[in-house]
This record gives sequence, structure tokens and C-alpha cells, in this order.
Amino acid sequence: MQFSTIEELVQLAEAQGQAIADIMIEEEALATGVPKEKIISKMFQHLDTMEKAVQRGLTEEIRSRSGLTGGDARKLEGYLRQGSTLSGQRVLQAVSRAIATNEVNAAMGTIVATPTAGASGVIPGCLFGLAGELGVDRDVMVRFLFTSGAIGYVIANRSFISGAAGGCQAEVGSASAMAAGAIVEMAGGTPRQSAHAVAIALKNTLGLVCDPVAGLVEVPCVMRNAMGASNAIVSADLALAGIESIIPADEVIGAMYRVGQAMPGTLKETALGGLAATPTGERHRQRLFGSSHERAEEKGGIQDE
Amino acid sequence: MAGIAMKYRSVFDIIGPVMIGPSSSHTAGAARIGRMARRLFGRVPHKAQIEFCGSFAKTYQGHGTDVAIVGGLMGFDTHDPRIKDALKISEDIGLAISITTVDLPEEHPNTAWIRLEDEAGAMRVKGISVGGGKIAMLEADEFQMNLSGDAWTAFVFHKDQFGLIASVASVLADRRINIARMEMSRKAKGQEALLIIETDEEISASAGSQIAGIADVAHVRILPPL
Repeated sequence: MQFSTIEELVQLAEAQGQAIADIMIEEEALATGVPKEKIISKMFQHLDTMEKAVQRGLTEEIRSRSGLTGGDARKLEGYLRQGSTLSGQRVLQAVSRAIATNEVNAAMGTIVATPTAGASGVIPGCLFGLAGELGVDRDVMVRFLFTSGAIGYVIANRSFISGAAGGCQAEVGSASAMAAGAIVEMAGGTPRQSAHAVAIALKNTLGLVCDPVAGLVEVPCVMRNAMGASNAIVSADLALAGIESIIPADEVIGAMYRVGQAMPGTLKETALGGLAATPTGERHRQRLFGSSHERAEEKGGIQDE
Repeated sequence: MAGIAMKYRSVFDIIGPVMIGPSSSHTAGAARIGRMARRLFGRVPHKAQIEFCGSFAKTYQGHGTDVAIVGGLMGFDTHDPRIKDALKISEDIGLAISITTVDLPEEHPNTAWIRLEDEAGAMRVKGISVGGGKIAMLEADEFQMNLSGDAWTAFVFHKDQFGLIASVASVLADRRINIARMEMSRKAKGQEALLIIETDEEISASAGSQIAGIADVAHVRILPPL
């Protein structure tokens, strides 16, 4: 790819007078040798898969194998229909779709990892929550995914995207930044404004711990996907208002990398710290998996990568 | 690009894979390890003994790592909905599964050892899940490797001899098949050896049989990308 930083990505887009989505499609074709039409049609399939997961989560009785999660997306939809909410229709529609997707994920349903399975609700949540409101067609929705992907590509290569490697800032945080940049583009903002939205969204998740209760990608992950979606929309609005991040996106990504490295292993998907180590978290672990005498040995921390 | 190795190379490494939840490293990665193990074995096994280490051992029940890896052993892809019922399906087709956990702190935290068996033979492989659904197979029958499954791959089992690599490479060069990566492992000097070649282009069956015809080549297996 001809870009490895957000700045390079923005400059490419500005120099060519194109959107980030166009740059990503062209670079993908160049890097992989796969024709553009094939790349685009694969992304259409991903869009369909995401939509099915959203629909399942909003309409079916979803329950995870552990019984810890399921049904909250429908609860929120019911609340939304009453018409009186604090956050408003657009934000909560995105949030309910983010929850829907992640509940399906927790229940071993089919999802698209964006960028991971644990954070798979944020991007489809924002996309399907806003697309109807903004009146965009499926071509624009596919472009949203390419823009998200371009931003995620930079973050993944310069920092990390898995909770085990960098904490939840790397997972839901990355997804949130990817969505924020793509929302700006979908709403008619400039590539430069997308970069500011990326920076703002990522700044707001620095230091976020990955602390799955009983080691499962459910609690707190489903609710964090909801938080990630709302963070993305607010960050996009700030950027569209002309607000600039004092710290540029690439520097925030660098900061996230260093914060992730400084975080102890107990806070990186080991289920040894944070919410997982609360009395209630511990009780759920014992209920699901019984006691484990090996836990003391793990305090050094397990890492995924 | 200056100075950093790009681990992720495609937009679909970020937006994807399509998979059965809940964890890209514990579920999708495990399914791919199982699928790769079965491909290396080359046929449907009758018996599979799976040993989980590290985080796999601690959380496999909640993450569905067990069903995913068994689904993979039956050839299911990361997004195949049959994964959820893999344990039941394996019973139905007569594939005996045993799952145990082992404490091997020196291993990668997401490691699975799999021993596959049928009346014609057995094979023991080791795979690790490195995140986002990406995997690496590190060992098969004591041959060391570092195989992602992302490319067309030729496995050339042969007797360790000079000139063999050149002969194999020239078959590929004649057919304009570009070698992307190559690794070599042998049990001892002059003994059984394994040459693994990953290529950019498809390796046709006829290229495979031409390589198999080279002196000192015992047999060849060609696998498409996972």
C-alpha cells in the first residue's frame, strides 16, 4: 500500500481529489492483484452478512452459551419506540445495532470481525444505525466499510487491534476510530476531518482495559460496543463542526501503542483484572468453569501476540 | 512504509473474516487450525486427540474453541454455521474426539496440539492462533514450519540431497509460478526432509506431479489457500 499513516492516507486522498474509500479500493487492487470489481463485490457480501447479524439481534431471542448476554438490543429497540430518549434516535439506533451484532457474536452467530469479533458491533452499528437516517444507498454503505478498513489498516500495522495485545482500547477503541472517520466521509466531510474524528475517538478510549468476565467476549464487551458506537458518532460530529484534534491521529495511534505496552497483562484479555476480578465476575467464572488452582501462576499475564 | 513490517496486508484482514462468534482468535483461529490440520493429514481422520494449552486451555468451553477446532477438522470454514453443532456431527460421522488441557508454559498462549489417526496412519501437528483469525502451523510430524495457510502451498517430502531445491524451483519457474516464501526442515542430514513452498499463483496438479517425479522426492501435497 502507498500509505502506512493516517497523514499519508489523507494526503493521497487530497492530492487525487478522492475519498478515502476510493484510495483504499485502488490500493487493495494494486497490493493484491485482485480486480477492483471483485474487491467491491466481496465487500458487498460482508455488508450483507453484517446486516443479517443486525437483523437477528434485533428480532430473534438471542442468548449466549454462558447465559450472560442476549436480549438487550431488543430491550433498547422497545425503549426507542416509546419515542422519548435522552441520547436521541440516531445515536441509539446505532447503539442498538451495535449491541445486536455483538450479542449475536457472543451467541456463536455469524458476524464479520471488524476489526475483531469482540469489537464487531461498532462499525455495523454505526453504519446501519445512520444509513437510513442519512438516506444513503448500498454503494455508499460499502464505501463506508472501505474507509473504515483503510483507517483500521493503519492502526493494526502501527499499533494493535486485539484486546490481548493492547487492551480494549485496541479493540473497541480501534473500531470506534475506524467508524468515526468513515461516518465523517459518509456525512460529506473531508478526508482531513475524518482524520480528526479518528484522533478524537481514539483519544477517548486510551487506557481502556480488556477484562472479559470469565474470559468470555460478552461482559463488558457487548456494552463497550454500544459505547464505541456512540463515541464514534459524537467524535464524527465534533470533526464535522470543524473542531480539530490538537494531537494528530498518527500521534494518538502511537500513544495508544505505548499505553498498551505499559498496561499490565492482567488488563489484557486474561480475565485476571478489571471487571473479571470483581467478586461478581469471579462468581460467574466459578459458576461456568469451576475453580482453577492455576490462576496464581498466571499473574504475569497471558498475551495473544 | 519506512521501517515497519506490515502485519496486515489487505483491507479484508481488517474488515473480515466472516466468522461464527465469539472470538476471532479463540473461535475463528481454532477453526482454521483444525482445517489446516486435516488438510495436512490429507483425509478425514477417524480419531482426533486435541490438547489445548494456555488461554485455549483456560477458556475453550466459553469461546467454543472446542467446537470450532472440531468443525475445522471436518473441513468447515470459519463462517460455516455447522460449527456450532460440530461435536454432534463428529459423532454422527464416526470421528472420535478427545479434548484435554495441558500446562506447557513455554508454548504460545493460544496453542493446540492435534493428533489425527485412521487405519492408514497418524500425524501430530501443532497450531497457534495469533489474533484476528490469523494462525500459524508450527509443526507436523516433527517437521518444524511456520505456515499461515494464506497462500498456495506445496509440501515436498524428500530425501535430503543437494540440488533438490533447484530442481523443484525450476519446475515452478518454467510454469511462471512465483515463489513467495520457502522453508526447509529435515530430521537429520541426508534423511527425511520437507520443503514447503508458498506461491503467489495457483500450483496446478500437473506441476505437483512433475515435482513428484523428481529423483529423491517421496511425495508431494499441494494445498490451496485456507
